[in-house]
Amino acid sequence: MGEALLSKDAVFESLAQNVAIQALRAAHPDDVTNAKFDRGELSLVIAANAIRAVCRTLQRAGYNFLEDVTCVDWYPAEPRFQVTYHILSHKLKERVRLEVMVESIDPSVDSITPVWPSANYYEREVWDLFGVRFHGHPGLRRIMMPDDWEGHPLRKDYPVEGYR
Amino acid sequence: MPTRDNFGGPDNPNMPEMPQFTATSTLVQPRPEEGAKDRTMVLNMGPQHPSTHGVLRIVLEIDGETVVKLVPDIGYLHTGIEKTCEAKFYQQVVPMTDRVDYLSPLSNNLCYCLAVEKLLQLEIPDRAQWIRVLLNELTRLNSHLVWLGTHAMDIGALTVFLYTFREREEILRIFEHVSGQRMMTSYFRVGGLALEPPLDFFDSVQALVKILPEKIDEYENLLTGNPIFINRLKGVGYLSPEDAISLGVTGPPLRASGVDWDLRRDMPYSSYDKFRFNVPVSTDGDVWARYVLRLQEMRESVKICQQALDGMPEGDIKANAPHVVLPDREKMKTQMEALIYHFKIVTEGFQVPAGEVYQTIESARGEMGYYVVSDGTAKPWRVHMRYPSFATLQALEKMCVGRLIADVVAVIGSIDIILGEVDR
Repeated sequence: MGEALLSKDAVFESLAQNVAIQALRAAHPDDVTNAKFDRGELSLVIAANAIRAVCRTLQRAGYNFLEDVTCVDWYPAEPRFQVTYHILSHKLKERVRLEVMVESIDPSVDSITPVWPSANYYEREVWDLFGVRFHGHPGLRRIMMPDDWEGHPLRKDYPVEGYR
Repeated sequence: MPTRDNFGGPDNPNMPEMPQFTATSTLVQPRPEEGAKDRTMVLNMGPQHPSTHGVLRIVLEIDGETVVKLVPDIGYLHTGIEKTCEAKFYQQVVPMTDRVDYLSPLSNNLCYCLAVEKLLQLEIPDRAQWIRVLLNELTRLNSHLVWLGTHAMDIGALTVFLYTFREREEILRIFEHVSGQRMMTSYFRVGGLALEPPLDFFDSVQALVKILPEKIDEYENLLTGNPIFINRLKGVGYLSPEDAISLGVTGPPLRASGVDWDLRRDMPYSSYDKFRFNVPVSTDGDVWARYVLRLQEMRESVKICQQALDGMPEGDIKANAPHVVLPDREKMKTQMEALIYHFKIVTEGFQVPAGEVYQTIESARGEMGYYVVSDGTAKPWRVHMRYPSFATLQALEKMCVGRLIADVVAVIGSIDIILGEVDR
């Protein structure tokens, strides 16, 4: 797996042949704010307002399959939420991970359902369990918890046994 | 006291007021179309319904018997496993994963263990990897046998269920023999296996692998030429490859739609690259294609099991990492160092270097993925489980709209849904 590359410059230099990096370098040079290549996996931190455009660029570059959208709560750090996208290319047999950091006050990010309709359920799950809103989502309702549930259970300040 | 005569009568003062049920729902509102008033109606299916394979609730809008709209309503089995995992040590998460996809416990174990091993950058001995492959293919056979029995039963062919569960019982017996448990096996550990398999384990697997091909022929005799079965399945629930990809479908439904993608072959893990097997693909994209494809997959799984038995390497079953892997019982009793490691791992867990990994395997239903984030402590900061049924459920509406209600049952059977992994 080799050494971990932990900065944007190092990743862009060492993985210059990577299709995702080439495509993003050409179309969105400033929207990739950080990058990491660790344990054989490529992670790119994307500016929050650019995620939909970046996904569209990657889709055109051959990364055709959205595997997953999820979130990590870094409470009490700020920005608190890390929305994570795993995108796969069937042709290249490669995967790229996109991360968007979201502040804790009114956490929200653009929905990528216009690019991949499969993001629908994943984003509903993130809204339900973390309380991160997705702009432009066709029906952002709770999916796991009951509709009248209060709170978002996977947040770190939500107790494991729930409120009693 | 209410007697038989007055019980339930409208004038009975002891009778509690009955709630009024109406055929509407917040999810789907009936919409009269083209002047015809009340043309469509809303039908609720599940969560207690034998052919939804668990607690799936579907709200159908129907025009006569034709489905106009379909909205799945899930979450009835949500147990918050991901949240619970964050409060456990890494090794304590393994038994939690069994309960997610309860028909393929060993696949869950494998995917989680591979993810943590990737975080720790552990080298797993060949023998452990091969036994993992062997048990995973048995798990796939187990899951497909349950699918075949229940799917055929949904269609109305009750007999097949008894045949498939006969062979499934043999597989469960092997699981019990090797791990002590029939279903919630928890046999894989971070760093290898829990125990060396018992002496006659390989013989019993060999005996099973030998009879399975003819048993699969037997199921095919019951179903493949059956005209009722063919009529109920052929041309039903079509899904185009473009829709399959854009809706996140993986596994047999994706391959039945003509996309040649199998993680065992294309992104090999746990030494799958050392096995030779075919990946069946069909371009028909209907329920029948998924049926044929899964039966072919079962035959391929039998082949992989045979290869694993023939080429099983000798050696250790645990990685050489004393700070992660529990020492042998014998060493623990005789060596001070082993005892200390044992005590530390059990009481404090083992620390995993900070980082994040996403590990995928091809489960019986498609792409199973574990996204594990570590902050450097002994408990995972976040464990996210990506399960195939959850994504495939989004394609259900696409496959069912314009078809009859009876076809919905066939389509649900064909995507082999497990509500444990949908709701987690």
